[in-house]
Amino acid sequence: MTETDLNPEALPAGPDGVLVRFALTPDPAAMAALEVLVAALEAAPPEGVVEIAPALVSVLVRFDPARTRRAALARAVLAEARRIARERPAPPAPKRRWTIPAAFGGRHGPQLAELAERAGMSEEACVEAICEADLRVLTIGFAPGQPYIGLLPEAFDIPRLSELTPQVPGGAIVVAVRQIVLFGAPSTTGWRQAGQCGFRTFMPARSEPVLLQSGDAIRFERADAAEVESLLDSADGLGGAKLETLT
Amino acid sequence: MSALEIRRADGVMSLQDMGRPGHLAQGLSRGGAMDRMALIEAAALLGAPEVLPGIEMAGAGGVFAVTVPMRIALTGAPMRALRDDEPLAWNASHLLQPGETLRIGGTQAGMFGYLVPAGGFAEAEWLDSQAAHLSIGIGGLLENGQVLALGADPDPARPGQIIEPEQRFGGGTVRAMDSAQTGLFEGDVIAAFYDEKFTRAQQGNRQGVRFDASRAFSSAHAAGLASDMIGPGDIQMTGEGVPFVLMAECQTIGGYPRIGRVLPNDLPRVAQAAPGAEIRFLHVPIDEADALFQSDADLLKGARGRCRPLLRDPATIRDLLSYQLIGGVTAGDELDRA
Repeated sequence: MTETDLNPEALPAGPDGVLVRFALTPDPAAMAALEVLVAALEAAPPEGVVEIAPALVSVLVRFDPARTRRAALARAVLAEARRIARERPAPPAPKRRWTIPAAFGGRHGPQLAELAERAGMSEEACVEAICEADLRVLTIGFAPGQPYIGLLPEAFDIPRLSELTPQVPGGAIVVAVRQIVLFGAPSTTGWRQAGQCGFRTFMPARSEPVLLQSGDAIRFERADAAEVESLLDSADGLGGAKLETLT
Repeated sequence: MSALEIRRADGVMSLQDMGRPGHLAQGLSRGGAMDRMALIEAAALLGAPEVLPGIEMAGAGGVFAVTVPMRIALTGAPMRALRDDEPLAWNASHLLQPGETLRIGGTQAGMFGYLVPAGGFAEAEWLDSQAAHLSIGIGGLLENGQVLALGADPDPARPGQIIEPEQRFGGGTVRAMDSAQTGLFEGDVIAAFYDEKFTRAQQGNRQGVRFDASRAFSSAHAAGLASDMIGPGDIQMTGEGVPFVLMAECQTIGGYPRIGRVLPNDLPRVAQAAPGAEIRFLHVPIDEADALFQSDADLLKGARGRCRPLLRDPATIRDLLSYQLIGGVTAGDELDRA
């Protein structure tokens, strides 16, 4: 972990929200501190809090103005954030882990070669690095259920493409800036597509439309192209993914 | 079955309520009505204890009929409305009988009109809401011939009401408070923003609305900024420094800096600003903005105070002679039917 100075701020975020921010850019130390803060807030939400929504280095805490005051809430969450910034406790261990079968390269990952080259490794080593990385869901957003997963090793600190890829398919695993996005639906993206899986991040008709939660551990398990092909349209949208509860 | 039939859909119409709050961590924005005040005013007109779902009509309405006697409220952007060939007051409630035809024309000002039945709609809910969320494929636009299930009108005999609407259909001044990223803009840029007269651009939908100005409003910190949570009312600056006000179906996370946030009280004014309408933003300090906050229940209470009985204008009565004009001997429902 870097020794970046973290100066958390509590800022207004709408009529009923306080945003606690550890940094302006997605700095790894700030991301780790945020994970700790979110776990603490979820374990013991301050009085009047109605919603906790984490992003990468900030968390939105929505409150009921009839039950608490902005200033009191901001004070309480900022005190906790400052303590975390000072003491730098290790992020809590994940409570759950998803293992998601995925195919890499070829038509399931047309930009793998380009990605591996930018990361300075062979395609084989690149896939290995992705499958072995200790990954978490950092945040969910832009589209319902769409996870931002990270962090990959520093070799993957690769900027977005300047030209957008007009369309990657649902289940596309795309990579940039040490992160992975798993697209639920066909999308336009500036990130490079390394692989594809049959896991559907958002299915409105499923009993749980969104399965992933921020903080979940993620492991991509290499599967061959034919197997992933058969999992692309699984009725439950799991695409062969397995969920373990970690204790 | 109690139902409302859409004989003809002229405008871009969808079923809307107050949306689905509380799912930001799943990447799901609240959605719901673009002009939430219109649903609140409709509930007040109908004497409903809570806000009811309604048909949001962008640009124009259509032709409607009901299978059971049903009071309806017409709110939001004023539109020409006829019950058979009798003109109906807008911002008012009326009784619609089976066999009668309700015709709703184009907007006379603003963008979104609302048709709200007193019995509520009884369509399928998803995450406790019937609202269409078009950008993520929940529900869809209402079409010719579509039949929507209705709940029962709890009080069909309740006399018609008319409400003094909050004036919001022609642009004007919109109050805004600082957001988490206001500090990323230089003071002179912020000052210029609140000094500017903006024009509502053509570009706009249920996710956001663009405003044009004589200059750009950029932040030097925009590059490399970590994305964070966004919401309806956020005034987001694109890379070119063009402001978009985020609306009901905006995404949950955004990477463009936001200069401020429109107060929820004034967001209906943004929603109802038609292309070409002029808008100015007025900066309101946080404490003042917080003091102005009203829950939906507070707003509904306030709207009830703006209602009064709908009195019939003799000029609109088609055949005066068909009415018994001697007091006390009529059926007593003329006012209800007004």
